[in-house]
Amino acid sequence: MLARVADRIFWMSRQMERAENMARILGVTSNLLLFGSKELQRQNLLAPLTITGTTETFFEAHRELTLPSLVEFLTLDPKNPGSILSCLRWARENAHAVRWQITSEMWETLNATWLEARSIPRSRVTGSDATQFFDWVKDRSHLFRGVTYGTIVRGEAFNFSRLGTFLERADNTARLLDVKYHVLLPAVEDVGGALDYYQWAALLRSVSSFETYRTLYRDQIFPIKVAQLLILERRMPRSLAACFDQVKEAMDRISGRSDQAAKRLAYELHARLTHAEIEEIFQGGLHEFLTECLKDIGELGSRIQRAYLGAV
Amino acid sequence: MRDADGEVRAHFRALADWLAETPAERVAEKRREADLLFHRVGITFAVYGDDAGAERLIPFDTIPRVIPKDEWDGLAKGLRQRVAALNRFLHDVYHGQEILKAGVIPAEQVLTNDGYQVAMLGLDVMHGVYSHIAGIDLVRNDDGKYYVLEDNLRTPSGVSYMLENRRMMMRLFPELFARQAVRPVEHYPALLLETLRAVAPPQVRDPVVVVLTPGPYNSAYFEHAFLAQQMGIELVEGPDLFVKEGYVHMRTTSGPERVDVIYRRIDDAFLDPLAFREDSMLGVPGLLSVYRAGHVALANAMGTGVADDKSTYPYVPEMIRFYLGEEPLLENVPTWQCKKPDDLELVMDRLAELVVKEVQGSGGYGMLIGPAAKKAEIETFRARIKANPANYIAQPTLSLSTCPTFVEMGVAPRHVDLRPFVLSGKEVKLVPGGLTRVALTEGSLVVNSSQGGGTKDTWVVD
Repeated sequence: MLARVADRIFWMSRQMERAENMARILGVTSNLLLFGSKELQRQNLLAPLTITGTTETFFEAHRELTLPSLVEFLTLDPKNPGSILSCLRWARENAHAVRWQITSEMWETLNATWLEARSIPRSRVTGSDATQFFDWVKDRSHLFRGVTYGTIVRGEAFNFSRLGTFLERADNTARLLDVKYHVLLPAVEDVGGALDYYQWAALLRSVSSFETYRTLYRDQIFPIKVAQLLILERRMPRSLAACFDQVKEAMDRISGRSDQAAKRLAYELHARLTHAEIEEIFQGGLHEFLTECLKDIGELGSRIQRAYLGAV
Repeated sequence: MRDADGEVRAHFRALADWLAETPAERVAEKRREADLLFHRVGITFAVYGDDAGAERLIPFDTIPRVIPKDEWDGLAKGLRQRVAALNRFLHDVYHGQEILKAGVIPAEQVLTNDGYQVAMLGLDVMHGVYSHIAGIDLVRNDDGKYYVLEDNLRTPSGVSYMLENRRMMMRLFPELFARQAVRPVEHYPALLLETLRAVAPPQVRDPVVVVLTPGPYNSAYFEHAFLAQQMGIELVEGPDLFVKEGYVHMRTTSGPERVDVIYRRIDDAFLDPLAFREDSMLGVPGLLSVYRAGHVALANAMGTGVADDKSTYPYVPEMIRFYLGEEPLLENVPTWQCKKPDDLELVMDRLAELVVKEVQGSGGYGMLIGPAAKKAEIETFRARIKANPANYIAQPTLSLSTCPTFVEMGVAPRHVDLRPFVLSGKEVKLVPGGLTRVALTEGSLVVNSSQGGGTKDTWVVD
């Protein structure tokens, strides 16, 4: 497959997944603001900026950090390359460039999503309807992934689409956890009060796994188990381990000529997540573990670009 | 469709009967279905200057244009002859220039032509073929005779519409195809691939062929993508290709892959920024040197523009006599060249009855149709011709034949032309028919899609 085409397909899928993750993060953030002290609220407001690495950019354009200004910046701001609108636009642009190498259903899904997104008024994301908007973004992402899975030929286009989706998702889950790790840490013995409970529950909800936790562990919410679920639980489709099962599967199917460095790192990450134990991770430091993962995920992205996607 | 006595011509009878006995609602319903299908398949062309990704449908008319087989067989012979002579001409002007020495065509007409490509001098191409894909525009006058309106030897487009129109007709009106034997056109992509493979550098065993497109914002992008898909080959853009160690390669996910034949849909000037326009982002740096070394084939070759220029056109009948020693089977439309003082005088006198074209123009832009033009337009054009006579040619306004066409009021006659596609590789091949374009405005003679023209399926019937 042409490197340019693979690159477009990889990023098309990444951008769509990124839009979905942003919607999840913002959904949780607006929920969390219902509780807690001023300081905690500020922390919670800052979290989405920290996760996306856009704190500086935000304060260049805004003096005050409020929920409406935050949400607008991360949803409809066309100048913010990480906003949901920008992600949807790039997903669509990428699809447009390769619309003859993907199925017409995939193209139509992304095109229709973009056409609807660009006419959404500010009032729909900053008011009380915001949740509906976040749900809509998630729905479109689910639809796109389903359409892709259900229509595309099992070949390099499929492989690179999957690779993009799950690398992005892994990156996001790791960031989400890293920003909240302090909430999980002190509580290993000291099970927190109602407030901590809401924080954990929100974290679980942001990755659609509140019910999953209950189903899998049939237990109270313990921080160490929350971390277990989001990092090592391969039955949970947004966990790091599950994402790397998919990354590895895609990499197994992709054949390249000089891709040893990329494959080696992907398999290393996969092995690390397969054989780690959560107690060990906590002993070594959750934050340190996640930082290492994020660094490696970033490096894997660069190696994939070099090995397959025509980056020089 | 009718002869001089108003009788339906024999080859059109089956269709006329069907039209008469099919309820109007059913036909209307089918037309809506066709529109919907075309939109869904995405057979559109991008419109310049519009919002990014803006696309329009080319109107499709559901009444086919019918050509009897004897008429077609005669045309096909004439087309082969003409394209053969044009390819001989191209070879000659880049080699011995016999035709110039013989004084059949003025040397300056060729050597100072914008389409004349010095880089092609002395270069040998496979089978002596320069224009592998030629689109020859024909019109049928009301005297029943076909005339060549122009030759398109660079990157003629429209063949995807020919193929899609047929597919659409078979899907919408299968019963029509049961009534009479319509010669198939579906094998065009296979013939095209065979032609392209046949002109690969001789030492290559299993040539890799690609389609080179300027990209999604080009008006013919749909066609580029369509043909690549139909032939099962890669659709590449300039940056996908690079030159290394004397060969052209494409960047793939599994490393560089050598490319042997490039079906390029990019103009000469943009092909290689090192040799031609340095601002070209569409081309491949170093491509010309690989081409000249014979390590890659281009279809069409560079420098074919010198043969399809409207100022060269008047000499094509002479080329046929000169190279083939035959009389031309297809006639040219009589043409006055404004660069000749006598012709210029005559053109200026009769401007209101003539069609005037720019020699390098295409797409129906920059032309004057005397009988349809307002006085002021004619005068503006007169001034333009006067300022630069060599830039214009003039032809009599033909009374083009018409074809029944669906319009708002029902079925009415509309003017049509025909663009058959001639493929030249090891042998010359063409599929029966071609693309019929139709002027949808009453009385209009301009059929170009950029000017509101539509298309029809074209049937050669046995």
